[in-house]
Amino acid sequence: MNARFGLPHPLLSFALFFVWLMLAGASAGYVVLGLLLAWILPLVTRGFWPDTPRIKKPWKLLPYTLKVILDIIIASLTVARLVLSFRRKPQPAFVCYPLTLTDPMGITMLASTISLTPGTVSADVSDDHRVLLIHAVDVSDDQELIEDIHDRYEKALLEVFQ
Amino acid sequence: MIEIALKVTIALIALAVVLNVYRLIRGPDATDRVLALDTLYINAIALILLLDIQLDTRLYLESALLIAVMGFIGTVALAKYLKRGSVIE
Amino acid sequence: MTLAIELGISILLIIGGVFALIGAIGLARLPDFYTRLHGPTKATTIGVGSIALASFAYFAGANASYDLIELLIMVFLFMTAPISANFLAKAAMHLKVKTTDNTRGQPWDQ
Repeated sequence: MNARFGLPHPLLSFALFFVWLMLAGASAGYVVLGLLLAWILPLVTRGFWPDTPRIKKPWKLLPYTLKVILDIIIASLTVARLVLSFRRKPQPAFVCYPLTLTDPMGITMLASTISLTPGTVSADVSDDHRVLLIHAVDVSDDQELIEDIHDRYEKALLEVFQ
Repeated sequence: MIEIALKVTIALIALAVVLNVYRLIRGPDATDRVLALDTLYINAIALILLLDIQLDTRLYLESALLIAVMGFIGTVALAKYLKRGSVIE
Repeated sequence: MTLAIELGISILLIIGGVFALIGAIGLARLPDFYTRLHGPTKATTIGVGSIALASFAYFAGANASYDLIELLIMVFLFMTAPISANFLAKAAMHLKVKTTDNTRGQPWDQ
C-alpha cells in the first residue's frame, strides 16, 4: 500500500467511520463523508500516533469482550455488597502484579479490564512495563488474586497479542 | 409503568447527586473532590437521558455526549494538574 | 409498545438508578480515597450504562427511531472510566493520600 496516501491506521479509520455513522445517521451523503473523513484524518494526524498496535488475532477479542461484560455486571454486584454491608470493614490491599504481556496496547487493555472487574483498580505501571500496581478493595490472599487475574484475563490477551 | 419507573429513577439519581456533593464539600483531599466531580458529571448524563425520556424528545442527547467528552477531559486535566502542577508541559 | 418492552425498560431504569446510588453511597461512606475509587468506576458506570440502554430501547420502541448516540455514550463511559480512575490513583499516590490503617502493601511513587 502506498505509504503517503494509503491507510496508515486501518483500525483507527474503521473506528472513525463507525463513530461518525453513529453520530450523524446513515444516509448516503453521510456515508460518503464518513469514508472521506476515515481516510483523511489518520493521514493528517499520522505524525502524532505511536506505532500501530499489532493485534495478531482480532477475532479472539470477541469472546474476551463478552467475558469482560459479564464480569463487569458481577463487579457492580460485588461493589454493591461491599458498600451496603455496614458492619464488616473491608480489607484493602496494594498488590504488585507481575506482567507477562509486553505489548503496550495489551497492557492498556489488561489495566482497563482490571479496573472494570470485581474489587480491583489498576493504579500504576512501573517504568519498565514489568509490574502493575493494583489496589484491591477487599482481598485476603494476594497470591490468589494474582493467579485469578492471570488465568481469567491475561492468558486470553496473550493469545490475541502474541 | 414507565412513568413511575422514571420518577423513581430520577429520585434515586438526585439522592446520588446529594451524596456526591457531600463528598465534594467534605473532601478531605483534592483527589477526593476531583473524584466527586467525576461522579457528578456521570450522574448529570444520567439525568439528561432521563429528562429526554420524560419529555419524549431527543434534543438533549448531543449535550449528554458533550458532557461525557468534556467531563472526561476535565477529570484527566485536573488529575494531571494535581500530579505535575501543570496541565500541558 | 408491548407490555414486555415497557417492563424491560422500567427494570433497566430502576437498576440504573440503584447502581448509580450505590456508587454514590460508596463514594460517601468508604474509609479512604483508594477504596472510594471503586464505587464510581464500577457501580456508577454500569448504572448510567443501564440508563442509556433503557433510553435507547425506549426511543427504538416508542417511535422506531434508531439513533445510536446513547450507545456511543455508553461505550465512551465504559472506555473512559478506568482511564480517569487510573489518572486519579496516580495523582493520589503522588500526593501521598492517606490510606486506612488495615491496608496491606504500599503505594509507590516514581
